[in-house]
Amino acid sequence: MISLTVNGERRRFEAPLTAAQLIARLELTGKRVALERNGEIVPRGRFDQQPLSDGDRIEIVVAVGGG
Amino acid sequence: MDQLVVAGKTYSSRLLVGTGKYKDFAQTRAAVEASGAQIVTVAIRRTNIGQNPGEPSLLESLPPTRFTILPNTAGCYSAQDAVRTLRLARELLDGHALVKLEVLGDPHTLYPNVVETLSAAQTLVKEGFQVMVYTSDDPIIAKQLEDIGCVAVMPLASLIGSGMGILNPWNLQIIIGNAKVPVLVDAGVGTASDAAIAMELGCDGVLMNTAIAAAKDPVLMASAMKKAVEAGREAYLAGRMAKKPYSASPSSPTSGIIAPAHNKAA
Repeated sequence: MISLTVNGERRRFEAPLTAAQLIARLELTGKRVALERNGEIVPRGRFDQQPLSDGDRIEIVVAVGGG
Repeated sequence: MDQLVVAGKTYSSRLLVGTGKYKDFAQTRAAVEASGAQIVTVAIRRTNIGQNPGEPSLLESLPPTRFTILPNTAGCYSAQDAVRTLRLARELLDGHALVKLEVLGDPHTLYPNVVETLSAAQTLVKEGFQVMVYTSDDPIIAKQLEDIGCVAVMPLASLIGSGMGILNPWNLQIIIGNAKVPVLVDAGVGTASDAAIAMELGCDGVLMNTAIAAAKDPVLMASAMKKAVEAGREAYLAGRMAKKPYSASPSSPTSGIIAPAHNKAA
């Protein structure tokens, strides 16, 4: 198991885990999101090649209503 | 055809609208349609992480194939946070470069922090972003933001969400007179006449959100704003008559009156 901080919340996941698998576990597959791992953007096209490690800080964002 | 040109791209609508504070996405979409806006702003926020699966997404209601999506940095109080937000936005929108930069000074006034704004603009321009920048109505800062390479300068009319209208038309006129990039009023418009006045001053466009979303009937107000921006632009292009405060001038012929005024004297 690895522990990640996703959008400020600590969560545990089975390892190994890629960014694509994280997206799937969070039921966000197919959604238009952007993902940052420890402050660096992971391009959507590389989600399935990006391994995640214990202690990673992940931010997943979407577009919402705003001015 | 009179069009707005931003970063080399032409738009027939000079009204840009935000997508916040609506009841639901259906109302957002209806208001955007009624406004005729082609550029719509969105915010970038953390997604739900499984708490609410199947939650509808804004960009399903406002597809980027149909609208130019303008991601903003609302809620950012430092250059660093604003740059980080827009890097994420660019990734989210498949490399889209046109963005709205706003770096706020404090949560009470939401007044722009121009020092942080200038710093963020420098970084973003270097990274290839096309920056439409929210700023104060300070003509010197507006010019500096243009010199950095921002593609549009967007001074406030009054505080964000205040609906107080244009507080300093004189400063706006100086900014417009100095600028070689489009100047858009962003923030503070309350009703249609405010938008018309901004356009009559010579603004290239108006960006608003609350004035539409917080109206009792947002879709009707969106339609009113569309007309106000068009009317204000046409009035600006037409060139208003000179003001003559102390001398009236009749619109009808002064000769051939059946009862000349002098006959009525005493």
